[in-house]
Amino acid sequence: MTAASPARTAAARPARQVIARFFDHWSLIVYTLLAVIYLLLPVAVIILFSFNNPAGKSNTVWQGFTLKYWADPFGPLGLSDAVLLSITIAIISTAIATALGTLIALGLERYQFKGKGLMNSLIFIPMATPEIIMGASLLTMFVSIGAPPFFPLNFLTILIAHVMFNISYVVVTVRARLAGFPRGLEEAASDLYANEWHTFWRVTFPLILPGIIAAALLAFSLSIDDFVITNFTAGKTQTFPMFIYAKSRIGIPVQVNVIGTCIFLVAVGGVLLTTIAGRRKPR
Amino acid sequence: MGTFLKRHHWVTPLALLTPGILWLLVFYLYPAFQMFLASFWSGSLEKGFEFSLSNWVNYPNAISQFAPFYVRSIVYAAAATTTTFLIAYPLAYTIAFKGGRFKNLLLFLVVAPFFTSFLLRTLSWEIILADNGPILGPLKSIGIVPSEFRILATPMAVIAGITYNFLPFMTLPVYVALEKVDNRLVEAAKDLYAGPWRPGGLIAGVLIGGVLMGVLGMVFNAGPVMFAIVGAAFGGTVGWFLISESFIRITFPLSVSGVFAGGLLTFIPAIGDYVNAELLGDTQTYMIGNVIQNKFLTQNDYPIASALSFTMMAGVLVVVAIYAKVLGTEELSAAAARA
Repeated sequence: MTAASPARTAAARPARQVIARFFDHWSLIVYTLLAVIYLLLPVAVIILFSFNNPAGKSNTVWQGFTLKYWADPFGPLGLSDAVLLSITIAIISTAIATALGTLIALGLERYQFKGKGLMNSLIFIPMATPEIIMGASLLTMFVSIGAPPFFPLNFLTILIAHVMFNISYVVVTVRARLAGFPRGLEEAASDLYANEWHTFWRVTFPLILPGIIAAALLAFSLSIDDFVITNFTAGKTQTFPMFIYAKSRIGIPVQVNVIGTCIFLVAVGGVLLTTIAGRRKPR
Repeated sequence: MGTFLKRHHWVTPLALLTPGILWLLVFYLYPAFQMFLASFWSGSLEKGFEFSLSNWVNYPNAISQFAPFYVRSIVYAAAATTTTFLIAYPLAYTIAFKGGRFKNLLLFLVVAPFFTSFLLRTLSWEIILADNGPILGPLKSIGIVPSEFRILATPMAVIAGITYNFLPFMTLPVYVALEKVDNRLVEAAKDLYAGPWRPGGLIAGVLIGGVLMGVLGMVFNAGPVMFAIVGAAFGGTVGWFLISESFIRITFPLSVSGVFAGGLLTFIPAIGDYVNAELLGDTQTYMIGNVIQNKFLTQNDYPIASALSFTMMAGVLVVVAIYAKVLGTEELSAAAARA
């Protein structure tokens, strides 16, 4: 016994260390894989159920594979209008919010003036307000005006809301890009007799363009998927998320999953493209 | 032109800021004020609303009637924020320190769910967690789980839905904070004999795991003691083997700002959420958001709905103001930019 015990501990120690190291190394990796599966599981379900062939109206139980809904993506009444409306609002609100937000970012990052703290708060607070409150307060304003073009609620009221909640995100994203900006380049341009206009368009703008594009992509994805604020400002107008919500009680048409899958693929493709484009021109 | 702009320094920033700031003033700040006014209304949408200060009674009326909904919202949001933190922290930690060349891919996968509809994702959980769905169905047929057991229409389902939907909001700020941690500090700690955190890790793990699972068991209404023992065993194992002293003394304190930022970004939207409660819960799990949206959009009871919303907004603003005062807004903005 006594002779065997040193040998046993010598053998046990490396074994225990190997196990500990194995545990240490793999636990986090396995955990991360599980977390990623958890995050993407609902997306997988959306895609899978776009190929489902449900017996009744409700598309919640797997019945069999079919491509027929992919062949007829706009079958249900009102779906194509809703998708078109969502895309239109997303494009216009992104354009307006990106323009306004970029200007604010330039103003806040480049100039010193009184009341800057207040401006920063005004940018920050909408991002920290629950959506339901922004939607509800816009609704009360539109109702208290009580006249066209704001009431009854319509396309314009949705657009106003989307620009509003997007501005802050654009400002923050563009500012992040401006903060790491090499100011020396602008000084060099003005040393070389470029006026402010030329300096901006030839030097500043191309350098912050990736930030602006990132901001626009973020704004677009926030707008096209917004449900809560739109629910309060849409009235009878139906965007794509509003369409899904309206159908959620009576059974969602399979085509909604087809469109959802398409939006996912386009968004993923867009991000991949901008990443590749960004890598090709390292700055 | 150039000399004019140089002489009047304020002209350029004013021109840059005015359009966007005006939009926020007119369509964010003024509507909030209008909602405050509407909370002093009486009347109806058909006959018209009337403003009167004597309608301040809207507030006590609304709050006394719907206090349980506020409490439920705070409890659910707090529970969801805790579970989001527990899931997101190890994930952010792995991406920051072990991500290597997969770092960007992993970050992309964390935000990828945002690329498809929030409503559809929530409805997917309805399919996954269904009473005889892909998870509960097999468990019931083997007999591990009683056949009347359900997840949908329970508080658990709502909290799980909120946890899922806000997970990236927690992961990103924590990741941003962890990425800034100087690895040399950790190495220095290890040189100074920082080893596994024992027995602290065991004690902390047992306590956190036990209490959390115990609470979960109470919510589930199913043997909180059994749940607590399982949680304590799991937490203790993780704490004993995986938590190092250098993590507790260095990495974690340096990432606390990110945890708070993520907590705020999860807790605040969760308080106002009503989609998860509506799609995954039932009337017994309705939150204050469900009441507000129902009063505004179905009953057209603007005065009471406005009083409820304004109360929520005031509460949220107090939390945000304290947060901004103590910790600043840098971390939050960085996280938003990262997204």
